Amino acid sequence: MKKEKSFARSVGFGATLLLGMVVYAYGFNVTKVNFETTRSERRLTQLSRIMRALAHPALFVYEREEADITAPIYLPCPKNGVPAYTPNKSKAYLILTPSCAGPGEIITIEGFNIWPNTKGPINFVAPSGANLTIGHLRADDNGYFNAKVKLPKRKPVEDAQILRALPRRNIGNPKFSEVAQSTWEKIIETVFLALLATTFGTFLAIPVSFLAARNLMSSQKNPLTSVAFSIIGWPLGFLIGLRTALIFQSLVSQILVEDILIRSSLGSVFGIGLIWATVLWLFPRKETQSNLSSINSVRYVTMVLSVLIAICTMYMVAHLALTLGKVLLEPLGPIGFIGNFISQLGDVLVMVLPAAAALLGGGTLGLTGNRIGQYMSDHMSLRVVQITNLCATTLAGAIIGAILGNTVEWFYQLEDPQQTLVWPMSVGAVLGAILSLRTSHKHPIPIGYVTYFVTRSVLNITRSIEPLVMVIVFVVWVGIGPFAGSLALTLHTIAALSKLYSEQVESISPGPLEAVRATGANRLQTIMYAVIPQIIPPYISFTMYRWDINVRMSTIIGFAGGGGIGFLLQQNINLLNYRAASVQMLAIAIVVATMDYISAVVRERFV
Amino acid sequence: MLEISNLTKIYDGKVLALDKVTFEVQKGEFLAVIGLSGSGKSTLLRCINRLIEPTSGQIIWNGVDITSANQNEMRNVRRKIGMVFQHFNLVSRSKVITNVLSGRLGYINPALSLLNRFPQADIDLALKQLERVGISDQAYKRADELSGGQQQRVGVARAMMQEPDMILADEPVASLDPVLAHSIMQYLEKLNKEDGVTILCSLHFLDLVHEYADRAIALNQGKLMFDGIPKEIDDDRFRNIYGQEAKRVG
Repeated sequence: MKKEKSFARSVGFGATLLLGMVVYAYGFNVTKVNFETTRSERRLTQLSRIMRALAHPALFVYEREEADITAPIYLPCPKNGVPAYTPNKSKAYLILTPSCAGPGEIITIEGFNIWPNTKGPINFVAPSGANLTIGHLRADDNGYFNAKVKLPKRKPVEDAQILRALPRRNIGNPKFSEVAQSTWEKIIETVFLALLATTFGTFLAIPVSFLAARNLMSSQKNPLTSVAFSIIGWPLGFLIGLRTALIFQSLVSQILVEDILIRSSLGSVFGIGLIWATVLWLFPRKETQSNLSSINSVRYVTMVLSVLIAICTMYMVAHLALTLGKVLLEPLGPIGFIGNFISQLGDVLVMVLPAAAALLGGGTLGLTGNRIGQYMSDHMSLRVVQITNLCATTLAGAIIGAILGNTVEWFYQLEDPQQTLVWPMSVGAVLGAILSLRTSHKHPIPIGYVTYFVTRSVLNITRSIEPLVMVIVFVVWVGIGPFAGSLALTLHTIAALSKLYSEQVESISPGPLEAVRATGANRLQTIMYAVIPQIIPPYISFTMYRWDINVRMSTIIGFAGGGGIGFLLQQNINLLNYRAASVQMLAIAIVVATMDYISAVVRERFV
Repeated sequence: MLEISNLTKIYDGKVLALDKVTFEVQKGEFLAVIGLSGSGKSTLLRCINRLIEPTSGQIIWNGVDITSANQNEMRNVRRKIGMVFQHFNLVSRSKVITNVLSGRLGYINPALSLLNRFPQADIDLALKQLERVGISDQAYKRADELSGGQQQRVGVARAMMQEPDMILADEPVASLDPVLAHSIMQYLEKLNKEDGVTILCSLHFLDLVHEYADRAIALNQGKLMFDGIPKEIDDDRFRNIYGQEAKRVG
């Protein structure tokens, strides 16, 4: 019995082995494995040529001088003997033995008084004046060389022709080659490209990582009413925020038609002062115990007003930066890029403000909706809540449907409102209504888990697209250059870091979390005091690692037009200029090694 | 006064952790909660400040129904209930003083604490509390540089920062040696006697129960098996609480 079993097992093992063989055999076939090519002599010569070129990065150049030493050669030997040749022996000279020979024959060339320890080609000068390299010289310590060369097979010529030795030597100190200089410029560009992508990616990845952390999100549950209300609130607030920002934008540009610098700086200072005073009044150091609704509503109104003022002020600041940067460009001279930086920052602010206002509006209305829903399901009668639920959820479903339909319309341009508006809205509404009827009114919806799942999916999709592919889209958008590369890398960094970060958040120890929660801390405070101290070390180390990845990635992102050193590297490889390509590879290796060293030091300091 | 009636907790709809537990705690009482591991002691304590959501039942504390309190009400309830944990639950990378100050989070403006700023009065109070537990010289060290006993004192100081009316202590001395255990219990006793703080403390060792507790309740598989003064726990009751094979030691 036992023996049979072991026999069956052996057969199974054998079959597995056989299957494995087949798998690898197919693999060899598909990847066209052919070891014969690796031994071919022609390829081996090419390989050693390339490897040697790579080992000689064209880093330095010397100024060179060349001596031109000639001797007559007769090809073939003249019938009436070779005329005597007496070189000037006080200078460099050549002796040929024999001094005449037939085409294709080998003669010996000796050189005297050559610059010691120099090298150079030996050329045969044809009657047309063209130089044909037929050998190389290598002078010794005494300035002597001895070389055997094969004469070319040429048509017979009566007169003397010329053999020319060209020893070359370096003069002065080595200088960086042009390749080295352009590599230096590009590697700086590469490092900063990686730095920007990592910085922006990190900032955006941190909030996203909290949304993608299961342990933080899964506990978040809300009654259906608040979920529905916040779904209605978000797009509404989004639109209101966007509109408001655009209105203020045109308002501010109307104010700033002339004297931009003076008016915008006055506006900025005044606005910032006003906001500062309001914030001081709104957020006293101790939480006030008063629950007077009149004071609270006054606070609320003030808050809304101060946000509006803030948007206005930000526009003022943005225009100030834009103008100031352009004004500074000239007087700053060599550090004029700082002026450019300031005006770019202003431009970014102008671009980001409508989006930020839209998000703020959406967030505010969404949260308010959430609160109202919570209050209603806590305090209102069952009947009222049920009816509200039905209406709100139907509306929310319709809104989601409309948003999805609009997205489809944008991508596929169906231009058929029946398909992209009416149908999605009705389906959404019906689904919403069914959901509200099926859910008991107090049963909480795991909205946190839904958010977690959606965030994760989006991150996974984004992460699966390589930056090399993303950069193609960005090149179309912002043109070829490092800006496109840094945008692509930023996007990929957000996706990758969010995932890594969120996994760190998931693995923090829950003890401190519950301890801080037990003190009455709210959600934000819990994150601030229990989560963040625990995740700082891994965040730093992941960020450093990501910078490292971004540096390496930015070396090849130039292949697709994303700027950085990859552009040079690709160019030189295509031109078969391996010694130049070697300089770029060397630069990349140095930067990556340095990054590794720096990140080790930083990690040691913080972790 | 804390009134708990018919408190039930079922995890994931399957595991019954608390089974209709009903008892009362008077203001200023030192109540010990005893029982085997897994008998529901931790769940009971965490249900009281709703770190764990009870499945059913009612908890009324000083007239407030904790079980139906909303987020804002919960903040006000929790900041008056300190908590001490078996594994200290300090944020190990933060400074000792930050850990103690975090006991104040329920009082200060959330917007302000985002900037990691505490009012000077709170910082002074934190130093005073550290002095009270005898480790004021460690205030600016990292929490994980401290020994176990010192860490638990930080835990007690953090609870004291809340100026609590009640402290829930979840096996506060289970990971400490007997000498340290007594010193921590003495701090709790001092809070109980001098400041009149109600204390609910789950304990493993009966000698500690006898020495410090005014009253004891016992849980076995989520059921309340005993409610009375510690001296009343005789051999019969002991076996009821800890099972038929259990032997009394100490």
